[in-house]
Amino acid sequence: MLSLASSLPGFTTSSNPSLLQQHGKGESHHPSAPPCLVCSPADTSQVQALVRLCGEHGVPVVPHGAGTSLEGHLSHLDPRPSISLSLNNLAALASLSVPSRTATAGAGLTRLSLNEQLRGTGLHFSVDPGADASLGGMAACAASGTSAVRYGTMRDAVRAMTVVTAGGEQVNTGSLASKSAAGYDLNALYMGSEGTLGVITELTLNLHPLPSHVSSAVTVFPSLSAASKSVVDMLLLGVPLAKVEILDRSAIRAFNAYAANVPDLREAPTLFLEFHGISEEELAAQVAMAKDACEGHGSSEFEFAAGERERRELWAARHGTYYASVRLRPGAGGVVTDACVPLEHLAEVIEETAADIEREQIVGTVFGHAGDGNFHCILPVREDDPADYLAKIEAFNGRLIERTLAKGGTCSGEHGVGSGKMLYLKQQYNAPTVGVMRAVKKALDPKNIMNPGKIFSWDE
Amino acid sequence: MSRVMVGVKRVVDYAVKVRVASDKKAVDLANVKMSMNPFCEIAVEEAVRLKEAKKASEIIAVSIGPKQAQETLRTALAMGCDRAIHITTDLRTDQELGPKGVAKLLAAVAEKESPDVVIVGKQAIDGDMGCTGSMLAAYMDVPQCTFAAKIDLDAKTVERETDAGTEVVSFPSLPAVFTADLRLNEPRYATLPNIMKAKKKKMDTIAAADLVADLTDGNTVLEVFEPAPRAAGVLVDDVDALVDKLKNEAAVI
Repeated sequence: MLSLASSLPGFTTSSNPSLLQQHGKGESHHPSAPPCLVCSPADTSQVQALVRLCGEHGVPVVPHGAGTSLEGHLSHLDPRPSISLSLNNLAALASLSVPSRTATAGAGLTRLSLNEQLRGTGLHFSVDPGADASLGGMAACAASGTSAVRYGTMRDAVRAMTVVTAGGEQVNTGSLASKSAAGYDLNALYMGSEGTLGVITELTLNLHPLPSHVSSAVTVFPSLSAASKSVVDMLLLGVPLAKVEILDRSAIRAFNAYAANVPDLREAPTLFLEFHGISEEELAAQVAMAKDACEGHGSSEFEFAAGERERRELWAARHGTYYASVRLRPGAGGVVTDACVPLEHLAEVIEETAADIEREQIVGTVFGHAGDGNFHCILPVREDDPADYLAKIEAFNGRLIERTLAKGGTCSGEHGVGSGKMLYLKQQYNAPTVGVMRAVKKALDPKNIMNPGKIFSWDE
Repeated sequence: MSRVMVGVKRVVDYAVKVRVASDKKAVDLANVKMSMNPFCEIAVEEAVRLKEAKKASEIIAVSIGPKQAQETLRTALAMGCDRAIHITTDLRTDQELGPKGVAKLLAAVAEKESPDVVIVGKQAIDGDMGCTGSMLAAYMDVPQCTFAAKIDLDAKTVERETDAGTEVVSFPSLPAVFTADLRLNEPRYATLPNIMKAKKKKMDTIAAADLVADLTDGNTVLEVFEPAPRAAGVLVDDVDALVDKLKNEAAVI
């Protein structure tokens, strides 16, 4: 590895123990399982050379973007010595087309850095998970965020990718055109593959015009169920909600404690709403219709964010709810659940889940992307927690997944499976289905060097 | 309602890692990303907010530079300025054309346009001179309120940020020159409808030489060089080793 490094300009390696620890851990409670070495190639051809070398020597490779994984994707669990392939140096904005509304960037670029560079163009990249994740990581985990209800997830945002295969070849997926019917959809194949099929090195992304008229509001409901039902109604009415987030009482409590520059909110089931319009009139019409639908389920008055700064602070605070929840127990790591159900079942499932947390006296918050039927429970756990508390949490998680799958939902809406949810994937899909995934994996990575031991097991 | 004039400067983008040209006479600007000076953005934003609050009737954006300065002016127009004036020059605006020359040119434009309020950034991030606003006020013979964190035209007061804290100063009358500091406001992102409208807004062009005969700066740049590279650090194993080194090697404790 070191001799390879010395022959490629700009390629660096490190075995600094702190860096190794960091590369073996994401942002979840999963403990660090570090690599033996961190390698930082300078471009796609160097990634190819590195992966080829790893293939020849049977060295597993785990691609690393911003380290914001929530399901232990970055854990080096394979018995063979493995490396972390950092995409940090592949972080340039290579090109931008305003008329086509696309940008091409290195996989290591983070979403906030991309938007910072798009300032002044009038366009922005819409996918907004809580963390400032890397674009490659977001594609690898099929990420989503608060804007998915109107602007879609990473699946809708990626037009084309450059991927390095386990054999070190360069593959070009998709097209710069806005749609394509040419060949198998390789964008879809690599999207959500969590580094197990190849290394994403570059992406062409769909951008959206910044909305010219924006309004954000907060409203409370008598129950989570009522809030969920109003979301169904608003969408059926055709209100093009830009964002609709649901937060339970405890999430609001955590939010109030953590967010210093946003005034305290009422501790009750809450919806955070955002509307985007092309004119004041259109915006007003959307808001009026939404208010009507919410009031039909007993909501309070809409409280609007006064100006752009207040609006940005409100949403920044919403994005910080994960950290706020973990802070409920100082020194804790976050166990994060990520259930997603068909919208018709959101009311029931979220209500039952919140009741379960209360009944079991577990410390945790419930909040999520109501428009997608996707909600998260953040359950802070500490290393010194008694075994029976941890067992309670595991049992709770198990019941949540059962409840979700029983309603035709998925064990992961946006965080991926990683190492943390492998058990649940087997409950969600039957053996032949996982068998198809396994066949693809074995065909594309016969030596099992691409992030081994994630999503599903190599052997049946 | 007031007429507002805003000076904007096209500078190297704040995120760019700047390099010195091989002749050590200037910074290398070839193929480097350029943007509106961040303090000028804040100045434009303040002017636009005055217009939205119906305290200003018209905003004129002015910039000095080569053809590309027009892009910077279009950004100002997209943020909400009404029209623009491009003063053309081939002089390097990061060092050949200094604050004195800029102030003379802006004063000449103010003579024609009679603004009540002039807002400029407190400094440009290329030259970091921080002189243009004050020199302009002197040439115009009007009050100056520099490092403004808050401007109240009705009360005729300005909150200024200083190293010792915030002070409130009052100015006797308009016209006056204000220089924008960081906390004055947070500039808006231009949206596409406004960017497209800006293409049609009026932009006048005038050669710098036609406005002011003598633009020579009082200063001459002798040499531009990078700071000496930092020596590599040393990793220590524990706090005791650190304290030992700070005490016995660096002699700082």
